[in-house]
Amino acid sequence: MLIDINNLIKEYHMGLEVVHALNGIDLEINKGEYVAIMGPSGSGKSTLMNILGCLDTPTAGDYSLNDTNVSTMDDNEMAEIRNREIGFVFQTFNLLPRATALHNVELPLIYSGKSASERKEQAANTLKDVGLGDRMNHQPNELSGGQRQRVAIARALVNRPSIILADEPTGNLDTRTGDEIMEILEKLHEEGNTIILVTHEEYIAEHSDRIIRLRDGRIERDEAD
Amino acid sequence: MRTFIELWEAIKIAWSALSKNKLRAFLTLLGIIVGVTTVIGIVSITEGLDKAFGEEISSLGSNVLYVQKFPWAQQIDWDQIRNREDITMEEVKALEEYLTIPAAISPSTQTRRTVKYKSEFLEDVSITGTNEVKTSDVFPEYGRDLTAMDVHHRRLVCVIGWDVAETLFKNENPIGKRIKVGGYKFRIVGVLEKQGDVFGQSLDQEVRIPIGVFFKLFGSNRSLTITVKVENPEMIDQTRDQIRGILRRVRKVAPGAEDDFSVNQMDMIMDLYNSLTSTLYAAAIGVGAISLLVGGIGIMNIMLVSVTERTREIGIRKAIGAKRRNILWQFLVESIVISAIGGLIGIGLGFGIGKIIASISPLPTTITGWSIFLGIGFSSGVGIFFGLYPASKAAKLNPIESLRYE
Repeated sequence: MLIDINNLIKEYHMGLEVVHALNGIDLEINKGEYVAIMGPSGSGKSTLMNILGCLDTPTAGDYSLNDTNVSTMDDNEMAEIRNREIGFVFQTFNLLPRATALHNVELPLIYSGKSASERKEQAANTLKDVGLGDRMNHQPNELSGGQRQRVAIARALVNRPSIILADEPTGNLDTRTGDEIMEILEKLHEEGNTIILVTHEEYIAEHSDRIIRLRDGRIERDEAD
Repeated sequence: MRTFIELWEAIKIAWSALSKNKLRAFLTLLGIIVGVTTVIGIVSITEGLDKAFGEEISSLGSNVLYVQKFPWAQQIDWDQIRNREDITMEEVKALEEYLTIPAAISPSTQTRRTVKYKSEFLEDVSITGTNEVKTSDVFPEYGRDLTAMDVHHRRLVCVIGWDVAETLFKNENPIGKRIKVGGYKFRIVGVLEKQGDVFGQSLDQEVRIPIGVFFKLFGSNRSLTITVKVENPEMIDQTRDQIRGILRRVRKVAPGAEDDFSVNQMDMIMDLYNSLTSTLYAAAIGVGAISLLVGGIGIMNIMLVSVTERTREIGIRKAIGAKRRNILWQFLVESIVISAIGGLIGIGLGFGIGKIIASISPLPTTITGWSIFLGIGFSSGVGIFFGLYPASKAAKLNPIESLRYE
């Protein structure tokens, strides 16, 4: 089992109120799966994604990633896990605007401590894999939306993470470009990557093999697609 | 190895962040530049003065005493000492007779006159009446010094300074020629070697004549300076005491009353000079420190703004795996780079200003190694100190909230 979640609870304090974002989640995801997490606003899907991506820790419950309990880790340990195991793809791309595509992609490798020549080579190869071999020295503002998202995917892949976490990856793209991106994710899945997709669009979620629906901080339905 | 990679990356990031907004970087730097420039400028001028002064002092000798009416450097009440009696040949004779410690004693008196040769003339030349006793290390380049016979027989002979020779005798040998000193004819027996300037005053525009002749032609109602060169420098304090004793007797100073004359020494000037320069140094450091403080606050301010502007970027980096210390380093290095650049510019400007001052005024300046270290050290220190708070704020940002920041 790649991901093992038991009775996950997350609460926020907003002033005097307590918000129960996650109310006891039990979840198992295996290596190589392609999972979509869906739900309306307030269902807790963003919170779940943050915890899955080790950006946040639960208030209670366990989260095991690759047989390592990450729910009680400190900031530095979580940063390391994010660097090694997680590849994020965001709706708004979140690239460094004043850096080239190559530099954006090598960023995770910088924080891994790899040497400059190793980094450049790995980053270049990953960019070629997503079809941007001829755009390596362009800055984000010189790239189209689809190209930017491909750079983001390359960045997510470059350190060979355990999971690719995509949060509304096509939300800022037109339909045709969105389809291209979903094709890339498809291809990555076929190559053996584990993909977790968070979306509120039904037709995007249908690309996956399994849809987990959340409501009010609980799993409502969890079924194969 | 890994830390070096991170450090180098941070420096590259800092550099590109700075060059994106050069105006802002410059305004931030201003305080540091002013602070470092001030300190470096003043330090190089003072160091230059130190050197020049030291050389002058050593050439004049620390075993020479100057007996004069007034002290060179002291807190004095002018009303009290204005009416002191002149020093005359009486005191000179008394010293010659009663001073037991081996020393050369030479009186001198001075005025200013025009010196003429044929159609050439030089105005405002220092005319010194003195005897043949040598109390300085200045020797004739051509001809000879005044002799005891010249003095005793009150011959109308003179020894002229280098500049006087150069101006009046362009292609001729001055020795043996007759010049008019204040209207009176004198025969040149010697030309002194070139001495150079002391604080812009040329020592070479001078004519020396026997003191008896001086009194006859230009009057004897001026206070003399008695120069006493002690053979053994270690005896200088005893010599001073003896001089004071002899002079107090001759001038009939009452027991218990203060000296009505002054035995001056180069050391006094050195002391005054040192106290001046320490004040200068203190002022420089004071001004510098204040400017650096202002500059540092400017840097802190700009870094805080920078952190806020780049909140999203910080969130991205953290999501990718940047630890707190990576972010801390990134911004700390940025502020150190800014202030170090400010320091370097300040050092360059400081030395530049020093050089300009040296070329348009008699003040000399030097470039010293330690002041460069001071400049870089202080500015980097400011960068570290004032950059720490913004950098740690950046490091502590929550990645989730930062990613949402617009």
